Formats: sequence, structure tokens, C-alpha cells
Amino acid sequence: MNNPQLNKDGKLQHLLTTEGLPAPILLKILDTAESFVGVTQRDIKKVPLLRGKSIFNLFFEPSTRTRTTFEIAAKRLSADVVNLNIAASSQSKGETMLDTVNNLSAMNADMFIVRHSQSGAAHLIARHVRPEIHVINAGDGRHAHPTQALLDMFTIRRYKHDFHNLRVAIVGDILHSRVARSQIHALTTLGVPEVRVISPKTLLPTKVERLGVHVYHDMEQGLKGVDVVLMLRLQNERMLGARLPSAEEYFKYYGLTQEKLALAKHDAIVMHPGPMNRGIEIDSAVADGKQSVILPQVTFGIAVRMAVMTILAGN
Amino acid sequence: MNLPDAEQLLAELTDKIRSDVTKDTVLVGIYTGGVWLAERLHKDLECTPPLGTLDVSFYRDDFHEIGLHPQVKPSNIPFEVEGRHIILIDDVLYTGRTIRAAINELFDYGRPASIRLAALVDRGAREMPIAANYVGADMVLPEDKMLALEQKDNGKLSLNLYDKISPE
Repeated sequence: MNNPQLNKDGKLQHLLTTEGLPAPILLKILDTAESFVGVTQRDIKKVPLLRGKSIFNLFFEPSTRTRTTFEIAAKRLSADVVNLNIAASSQSKGETMLDTVNNLSAMNADMFIVRHSQSGAAHLIARHVRPEIHVINAGDGRHAHPTQALLDMFTIRRYKHDFHNLRVAIVGDILHSRVARSQIHALTTLGVPEVRVISPKTLLPTKVERLGVHVYHDMEQGLKGVDVVLMLRLQNERMLGARLPSAEEYFKYYGLTQEKLALAKHDAIVMHPGPMNRGIEIDSAVADGKQSVILPQVTFGIAVRMAVMTILAGN
Repeated sequence: MNLPDAEQLLAELTDKIRSDVTKDTVLVGIYTGGVWLAERLHKDLECTPPLGTLDVSFYRDDFHEIGLHPQVKPSNIPFEVEGRHIILIDDVLYTGRTIRAAINELFDYGRPASIRLAALVDRGAREMPIAANYVGADMVLPEDKMLALEQKDNGKLSLNLYDKISPE
């Protein structure tokens, strides 16, 4: 199958999704990120790899954390970064997305980092740009958020060392979550033998089992014996619909508390892509507890994004 | 072509460095061969400060031509570089470009008091104004050959000559 993310030599040209990416490519990103962790711990947190390169953060949808970590990552690689908050600029004047991209390409862009509320937006841009330009998907609709999944894989490997003997549970709103989809593809490709999804029926895509996951509607059952708990953000904007009765009830059944976490392995780690809704999907005692690795995730996110940008720019 | 015995060269190199090593001297090996040598020197010279290792992949000048090296290892400098006397160790000194990259990387950790260079083999053909302070052997080799240090399972080092793979 022709994978639009790979060039004719089978190397990574764009990063659009973790789906269909071979394990060696995922592992190379994780291995390279290990070296960047060291760089980010020095006094001078900068290497000259992307000196003179222009990277455009194209955010058609608001985001603080992802945009900031991409910006920091690019700056630590010595690239020049331009942040475009498109929602507030040309598109509101009627310019199409591809015209925006054409204009920025004419300014000699080397890389686009794209966040868009429509699934497939980054894919469309990747097919449209000149072959020397690289595109990174920073989240498209419900489809994919590959760098988030990769930083999650990096964090899991840091704490658990090996993917091949793990039970991993993804908890929350799977239906609307591009993070969950990217996590599932990455986890299965990297050889995690048991991936569980824990979610109310109304927040689960139909036929999700086809992705190779085990479905649980009872959180107590689903957390039993797991090594890693991946929490998802309950998107507040979905709370008012018919899918959920109330935030309080959601917390009662699917909020991660110390009592529920005690059912997982005693050394299980808890992760969350942020921003967290304390008291809705996660209790503060867990979020700030000793099993939480939520802040290390943010730190590793910069190293992982540096690795992705470097590998793309070098291919 | 007869290549010198790497173990014997290392013994000679160790003797050349020995008189210059003080209790403050730190050793930094460059991956991969330079790290093997640095580990042996660190032990034989009874250095007190921990050993540093550098992977210069992020500082190479050919990144835009050939991309990232396939296997990047984390650099590890477990001491303050500021004000230190550093001996940088590599297996084969050739164009000097690796050493240029290594010096640049070290300066991103701090300003050392001095950097000296030790190489097991100096094969000449420099492209940068760089010279080693300590050398095991000088060799003149054909341009199309690559000289590589290898480590066997028992830790013994050997030199081997290969045909250079022409760039794609």
C-alpha cells in the first residue's frame, strides 16, 4: 500500500498519523528523542541542526500546549519559527487553506506544523506542497495526533522499558479522541499485547474492536492488572449533549480516583495528554500523586518533537 | 595491507598521555570507537572524575547532505565543563570534521580551560586546522579506504580496513 507519509526510499517524508507506520520508524523517533532529552537538560538547550530552516506553525484550531512545545522544539533546533493563528487571520477574510499554504511556501517554508478541526487537513496539505517541504500533523479533527502518541510511547518506554509485556488501558471519550486513535495504532505496532479501552457506550466508536483493542464499560474491571493508564480529556463542549447525563455522574463511573487506581498494578503509571479537567476525568489526588507522570510527558514532548523534526528534515 | 595491533597502539597512547593527567583531568570519548578507548584509558590512567561521552550527530556539518546518523546515542557529560582540562578521545583522526563538531558540542556545556586531543591513528588528509596532542600511530591510507576500530566480545580492540561505501 502506498503510504503518503513515506518517500520513495521508505523514509519518513511527513508525519500525519501513527497508523501504518512501521515499528522501526517509530522506534527510531523514540531512540533519537532519547538523545534530545540530554540536550534539553543542558544550560544551553540548543543544537545547530535546523539552522536557517523556516518552520511555520499553522494552527487553524486553538491550542496552547501543543503549539508552544512545537515552537520550543523548533527553536532548540535553531530553526526560525513563525506562529500563525489562522482562525484570527486570512481565513476569516475568506482565503482558502491551500492558498494560505501556497503563500507561505512562496516565503520559502521548509516545514509546516498543522492543527485543524477537520480530519484530513494535514494530509491534504502534504499532498499539495512541493516535495522538499515536510508536514507534521499536530492534530486533525477526530483522526490523528501522532506526536502526542509518540511522546506517550516515549514516556511508557522510559518507565516500563519494554512494550512486549504490558497491559495498557485508555480511559474516557474514545469517540471524539484523535489522541486515542493514534495511541492505539502506536501501541499495537510496538507490540503491546493487551490494549484496553474503557468508556461509556455513548463515547465509543462502533466496531472499535477492529483496531485490536479489548472494550470495557466497567472501569473497575478494565483497570485490573494494568501497567499503564492513559486518561483522555473529557471535552467539556460534549458534556451538554445527550451522550452524558452530567459531569458528576461521569466522574463517579469513569473518573480516575485513588481507589480505582489501586486495582491496577501497584507500579502502574498514570498519563494524561492535557489539559486536565480535575474532578471530571481525574481526581487531583491522582493527578498530583506519585504514580502520575503527566508533567514528565510534557518535558518528553519537546524531545520527541525535536526528534520528529530532525528526522523529517534529514530525509 | 598490514595494520598495526590496536591493543599495542592503545598501550603506547596510554603511556604518552599518562604524564599529563592530573586529578582534575577529564576524559571524553567520541562514539563509537573513541568511547571504547576512553573507557580503557579511564581505567588504566585511574582517572577520578567520571567519563564523558559524546555523540556528535547533532553537530555534524553534513546533516543537510546525508540527514541524521542512523544510530544516535545520547551524549553524557556527567561533570561541569566550565574551567576543566579535557582530553578528547577518538579512534581515527582524518578530516578533522568530527573533532570540530565535538569541540562545538563541548562548548554548549560550558567553557573548558583547555581541550587536548588523543587519537589512536592519525591518517592525515585534514580538511580543518586540527592537530592531535597524542597519537598512537600515523598512517597513510588510500582515499577509498575506511579505517575502523572494532571491539570483540572479550573487549579486545582491533583495526580493520574497509572499502568506503560511496555516497548515494
